[in-house]
Amino acid sequence: MADGPVAELLLRRLEASDGGLDSAELAAELGMEHQAVVGAVKSLQALGEIIEAELRSTKRWELTAEGEEIAREGSHEARVFRSIPPEGLAQSELMRLPSGKVGFSKAMSNKWIRVDKSAADGPRVFRVVDSMEDEVQRRLQLVQGGQAEKLGEKERSELRKRKLLAEVTLKTYWVSKGSAFSTSISKQETELSPEMISSGSWRDRPFKPYNFLAHGVLPDSGHLHPLLKVRSQFRQIFLEMGFTEMPTYNFIESSFWNFDALFQPQQHPARDQHDTFFLRDPAEALQLPMDYVQRVKRTHSQGGYGSQGYKYTWKLDEARKNLLRTHTTSASARALYRLAQKKPFTPVKYFSIDRVFRNETLDATHLAEFHQIEGVVADHGLTLGHLMGVLREFFTKLGITQLRFKPAYNPYTEPSMEVFSYHQGLKKWVEVGNSGVFRPEMLLPMGLPENVSVIAWGLSLERPTMIKYGINNIRDLVGHKVNLQMVYDSPLCRLDAEPRPPPTQEAA
Amino acid sequence: MPTVSVKRDLLFQALGRTYTDEEFDELCFEFGLELDEITSEKEIISKEQGNVKAAGASDVVLYKIDVPANRYDLLCLEGLVRGLQVFKERIKAPVYKRVMPDGKIQKLIITEETAKIRPFAVAAVLRNIKFTKDRYDSFIELQEKLHQNICRKRALVAIGTHDLDTLSGPFTYTAKRPSDIKFKPLNKTKEYTACELMNIYKTDNHLKHYLHIIENKPLYPVIYDSNGVVLSMPPIINGDHSRITVNTRNIFIECTGTDFTKAKIVLDIIVTMFSEYCENQFTVEAAEVVFPNGKSSTFPELAYRKEMVRADLINKKVGIRETPENLAKLLTRMYLKSEVIGDGNQIEIEIPPTRADIIHACDIVEDAAIAYGYNNIQMTLPKTYTIANQFPLNKLTELLRYDMAAAGFTEVLTFALCSQEDIADKLGLDISATKAVHISNPKTAEFQVARTTLLPGLLKTIAANRKMPLPLKLFEISDIVIKDSNTDVGAKNYRHLCAVYYNKNPGFEIIHGLLDRIMQLLDVPPGEDKGGYVIKASEGGSLLQHVEYLQEHPESP
Repeated sequence: MADGPVAELLLRRLEASDGGLDSAELAAELGMEHQAVVGAVKSLQALGEIIEAELRSTKRWELTAEGEEIAREGSHEARVFRSIPPEGLAQSELMRLPSGKVGFSKAMSNKWIRVDKSAADGPRVFRVVDSMEDEVQRRLQLVQGGQAEKLGEKERSELRKRKLLAEVTLKTYWVSKGSAFSTSISKQETELSPEMISSGSWRDRPFKPYNFLAHGVLPDSGHLHPLLKVRSQFRQIFLEMGFTEMPTYNFIESSFWNFDALFQPQQHPARDQHDTFFLRDPAEALQLPMDYVQRVKRTHSQGGYGSQGYKYTWKLDEARKNLLRTHTTSASARALYRLAQKKPFTPVKYFSIDRVFRNETLDATHLAEFHQIEGVVADHGLTLGHLMGVLREFFTKLGITQLRFKPAYNPYTEPSMEVFSYHQGLKKWVEVGNSGVFRPEMLLPMGLPENVSVIAWGLSLERPTMIKYGINNIRDLVGHKVNLQMVYDSPLCRLDAEPRPPPTQEAA
Repeated sequence: MPTVSVKRDLLFQALGRTYTDEEFDELCFEFGLELDEITSEKEIISKEQGNVKAAGASDVVLYKIDVPANRYDLLCLEGLVRGLQVFKERIKAPVYKRVMPDGKIQKLIITEETAKIRPFAVAAVLRNIKFTKDRYDSFIELQEKLHQNICRKRALVAIGTHDLDTLSGPFTYTAKRPSDIKFKPLNKTKEYTACELMNIYKTDNHLKHYLHIIENKPLYPVIYDSNGVVLSMPPIINGDHSRITVNTRNIFIECTGTDFTKAKIVLDIIVTMFSEYCENQFTVEAAEVVFPNGKSSTFPELAYRKEMVRADLINKKVGIRETPENLAKLLTRMYLKSEVIGDGNQIEIEIPPTRADIIHACDIVEDAAIAYGYNNIQMTLPKTYTIANQFPLNKLTELLRYDMAAAGFTEVLTFALCSQEDIADKLGLDISATKAVHISNPKTAEFQVARTTLLPGLLKTIAANRKMPLPLKLFEISDIVIKDSNTDVGAKNYRHLCAVYYNKNPGFEIIHGLLDRIMQLLDVPPGEDKGGYVIKASEGGSLLQHVEYLQEHPESP
């Protein structure tokens, strides 16, 4: 059974032909729509190797509906010319003719006709020449006869501008016999039905092979946001390393906890209006732990705890100013202060990942808000070597093994280190985080024992995520303007499996 | 982090050797600097203003070096070279000396009118200095770097340097009504009153940033010499009369400010850096400052301070095992002359006037670690034993996120800051009813308030994704902020869950079903009588098709 009458016709013609045939020519011969032949070609193609079909596209010039009219009846200007008798015609009357308006101006510019404005009953139109050649009609008839190539490029484009001619692309198939050519073919089954199973007919039916090259139908599903998938992985890493999550549920912070408690002086540039969002309402913190505030004040203005201090006039009003926290270290300071109030001291490992805010100039990698990742360890006798050891373990879990440390400056850590990792793609060392040992001027006023050291490090969540998912502009990752398709398509986050896992390591 | 731009060849000449770019980059890294960019004046101009403007500019190679924000002694070529040469043990750190002049000491008398506006001033003299074009440029550039950094854009300290030979002391630092101050400022051809100057400088791209410091004060600070010549009107501009040039031999330096400590540090830095070019190298001539109360002091302070640190403390803090002698050597390489004293475990460290950043033993420990080489330190794991805990609210958030996605909803991440309009007008609410916290200094309307609801972010996400096939099913679990006078800062975060369903038909039952599913996951039964949940019509009629369900969790603060 052939697949419809057209397919059957096609196969017969193909059998008789030597080499192959063109689908458009066949359609013309059979006097049917080209689309019907194309349908037959496609259905035969789907059956396997019966035929071979090669897509060819040809460009052709065709007359538009108006162009066909002109080829038949002459151009508008010719029609106008012909309608003018020797004694002339009133212009108003001429304009009422179907070709009047267009034809009049063209015939005028061809100098076939003239207007006598002095005539008694209004302007009158007369012939200027006795006869004329209707070039437009002649050219269109050439195209109609399949001889478009006889026209020059300029002539064609002029006709196209007049919307009399159009270039069309015709897609046709060159059909030839396939390796399994046959004029008698039977349709293959595409699906196994319950009836086939119960009747047992499936045993005798040919089945169409499954097309593994086509895409499957994706399941309807929800998706997690890539940045938050990475956040989950970082939480997981900290938990695997025995770090406890700190509370960070306060975007609003006092300058005291955000800066003063961290021994960041009140004239520090970070406390400038240009860098930090301050609040108009509520403008000031209502309560501060005043005993502790006094110790902080003394340390800033006069020193103490072995420090020279900054020797300036520390102002409570400045410390009370509310702001949107510029780092989660303010939350770490609160956590360490709470820890210091618990006696005896017990060692801790803390982490947090949450939003922070900067009133900065925005660009492709900086937004006014981003997520900060922070890790803190407090114990007796911690060293710089310990900090580096913890960082090594942490970054190894991220799939980053080549690390290097650079001395740096940070107001609340000393020693301070920037962490660099070797980027295989960029072939250079790139900064991946910041770290250090909290200053005694920060810890001792809190009430932590003198021999307790606190090591800490931080990095942004956005940067590793952008690297991981190959995103260059942060606006393509965060905020309401992101393309949801990006969220739909983003793969699992497996930080230790950069960039593509070997086949043996399948996703859990 | 301040960036210092130095000519490469000049730098190498001063260092007494050349480096490849990679070698120099490596040296910077080790020392805690960063070779940020290798460029030239031509390249910089061409980048900023196009090739045409750059045509005549110099193509001498420039190194742009990032310097830690607290190392004011590395903000010029002279300081960088000295720091690196000492670090590499090619020279010994010079000793800076303050000397009394042969003749009369220069005096700067502070009057009490300055008290309310800019009360502090210090001064010093660099005698018989020899500038070249490069040295002179570096001298001017250092003042600019100091102004931008430690001086906090001249608010805390402003520096004035003058050709002493054009002036005659004693000098008076006073404050006068702007209309009473009249002088010819730098780079102008005639005299102006202070009022006129403040107007003229409103359009000066460089100076307009400093006007606000004194603009609204009744009196402006001003320094005169004994003939009534204006030296400067700090922190805005110097007088033209005493301007310094490449040929200036004797320089009078004054620093005025609102922070005495920083004024002294700034003066120390300038004289330590440039006394190198004085006839008596590293020697600075003292100046006397007479305070309104009649007392007086001499400056610069150039104070050397001694600190004692035990060697085992350094070893313990860094995690290394070096002998006290080695540690002293390491510290000496960091410009901190050190020696072992006492019981052989005590190190005495001399903090020079250039190292104002050393305020605690921990700063000394860091320098020992830098000289030892951070990357030579043995990495070890601390033995700290702890049990990890998740923060309960975040733990619940994580669990719910996964089940929201399993329910077919897609997670979005929107901004916590937005416009007033987003949370009020657009939702048909009055801003006062939102109890939102307001930002005082937003640069644009996008940062006026912290969101009080997640809904605007989700709706904006839909608006930006109208080309996506329908339906859109979105959710977000994140924090919003509400004013609350029961907290220490007066505001409080709440964790919200918001979901929207967007399609051609309303589909209210879909969002309703999601709510039922969430309650099922949270083990909350339906029905008020069972102590469960119940849905009530909301009072605000603005949200017909998008209903937000807010769930305040018991764990929430």
